[in-house]
Amino acid sequence: MEPVVNIQGLHHAFGKGSLAKPVLIDINLAIQPREIVILTGPSGSGKTTLLSLMGGLRSAQQGSLKILGQELLGASKQQLVQLRSRIGYIFQAHNLLDCLTAQENVRMALRLQPGLSYDDRTAQAIAMLTAVGLGHRVNYRPENLSGGQKQRVAIARALVTQPKLILADEPTAALDSQSGREVVQLMQRLAQDQSCTILLVTHDNRILDIAHRIIHMEDGRLIRTESPTAAAV
Amino acid sequence: MVFGKLPLPRREKPLAWSQLSHQRVRLLVALSGISFANILIFMQLGFRSAMFSGTTNVPASLDGDVFLVNETSQFLGNETFDKSQLYRAAAVPGVATARPFYYSPASWVNPDNRKTTNITVIAMNPAQPVMAVPAINDQLALVEQTDRMLFDVKSLPSLGAITQAFTAGQDTPIEVQGRKMRVNGTFALGSNIFKRGHIVISDVNYLRLFGATQANQLHAGVIKLEPGANLQTVMAELERTLPEEISALSHAELIALEQNYWAKEPAGIIFDFGTIMGFVVGVVIVYQVLYSDVNDHLSEYATLKAIGYSDGQLLLVVFQEATILAVLGFMPGILCSLGLYSLLSNLTGVAVLMRLGVGLQVFSMTLVMGVLSAAIAVRKLRSADPADVF
Repeated sequence: MEPVVNIQGLHHAFGKGSLAKPVLIDINLAIQPREIVILTGPSGSGKTTLLSLMGGLRSAQQGSLKILGQELLGASKQQLVQLRSRIGYIFQAHNLLDCLTAQENVRMALRLQPGLSYDDRTAQAIAMLTAVGLGHRVNYRPENLSGGQKQRVAIARALVTQPKLILADEPTAALDSQSGREVVQLMQRLAQDQSCTILLVTHDNRILDIAHRIIHMEDGRLIRTESPTAAAV
Repeated sequence: MVFGKLPLPRREKPLAWSQLSHQRVRLLVALSGISFANILIFMQLGFRSAMFSGTTNVPASLDGDVFLVNETSQFLGNETFDKSQLYRAAAVPGVATARPFYYSPASWVNPDNRKTTNITVIAMNPAQPVMAVPAINDQLALVEQTDRMLFDVKSLPSLGAITQAFTAGQDTPIEVQGRKMRVNGTFALGSNIFKRGHIVISDVNYLRLFGATQANQLHAGVIKLEPGANLQTVMAELERTLPEEISALSHAELIALEQNYWAKEPAGIIFDFGTIMGFVVGVVIVYQVLYSDVNDHLSEYATLKAIGYSDGQLLLVVFQEATILAVLGFMPGILCSLGLYSLLSNLTGVAVLMRLGVGLQVFSMTLVMGVLSAAIAVRKLRSADPADVF
């Protein structure tokens, strides 16, 4: 089976000319379907940059970066837009729209899916919010939700379109240990139901055990891969 | 759901409206900014229109097809020509009537405070009305008596409380050009910023005020054509028959002459300048309001871009936002302007009118400006990677 993520010889630098500062150096990484991978490492090691490159939020500079079969190096604007709608991206700071209710926020992702009627969108949004345990909060705005609830709305938004790849950037950073744990287990369960692949950036040690594989990153390089039991010690 | 009971397909609420209505105070501030810009532009346009509509008041209400004026005349009442030429004009084929018209300033003593000022005299033969103002034509018999006049109720208050005294039945004499005259009736014509007011008198009383020499000099000859006569042919024939110093103008040409003259006066230039300034400042305000509004939502647009929205879709949201703001801001803007126009009309006696065309122009300008500044504000999002905008 073709890997969902296939990265070969990826280099990335910020700045131009003599001021260019390399942030990613010779990254090689393949992630298989249904795999849950955690990417960890100190701040500034390049984790978020790698994730944003994979999500098509940043243009690739050098090397090969194949996501869901789409080569991102030199991809057109239209191809990038297409790819972004096929990935579920979960941001560090939930990035919900303050002016919209939980349901409306989730609908924003559904509005991009062709062939769905208004009522289909309502049904799917409510079903998804119920699945993340917010069935009773569908008409609440983010300002009236707790941190964990907001992050769960963001997960619902990312998962409602049933993407084959979820990219999550420190989804538990703003949460206490219990809600962080709940959020990650929720992602794990929903991902298994929808048979999708998850790449999760975190330095939260409490959630490492959900992964099939843990990759460490330092100074822009992937330095070692472990199984979760070894890392948990 | 407002439309829940209607058999309409249910549609998503526009995102732009959600964003705008979420922050009420912000929306109110944005709307008042746009209203203010509209009021500013409308007021400048109003001042300008007041000036021009006022200046053409009298020429526009003359009732004729062709007008004879001195060739060097730059505005009505500027130069004169000899009355005898009018009789020659009357003999031209196609001319039904050729009537005299006098239009001249006269000194005026305010009866309330004895201060000397001036007024503009309209004089004609009471048997030969030349104005399309029913109130004047109906009362022409009243000015045939010696030293009697009709008074324009829209004249400035600085001329004295003439209308009030007349309605109260007082018959106080007023000193006009050194003679004591009395008001026998009133009409409503309106002044402009260069004229305090008007009175209508007979040609005979005009002779009494200004003497025989001046009464022999007309400010205009008002010509009516016979039915079926061709305007161009008659005008050409008049030019040929009459001495070179006399021009024959159509009604439109007479009004244009007046407009052109006042537009080139310093006051006209200042008003034009004011209009341009109003536009520039108004446009800058609209730009600022929309730019900052879109800019504040930029990170939300970046989020939407990250979950798969295209630049075109986001541009549409921003255009919606600009359109909503332009429409909602325009309405209080034009209402306030209409109120201020009527206030200004009442204060000055000068008609300040809102023309539909001008209103539409200002609205479309607001809209175009709004959409343009929104497009500029969102440009950042088009060029950058979404990750750079968070």
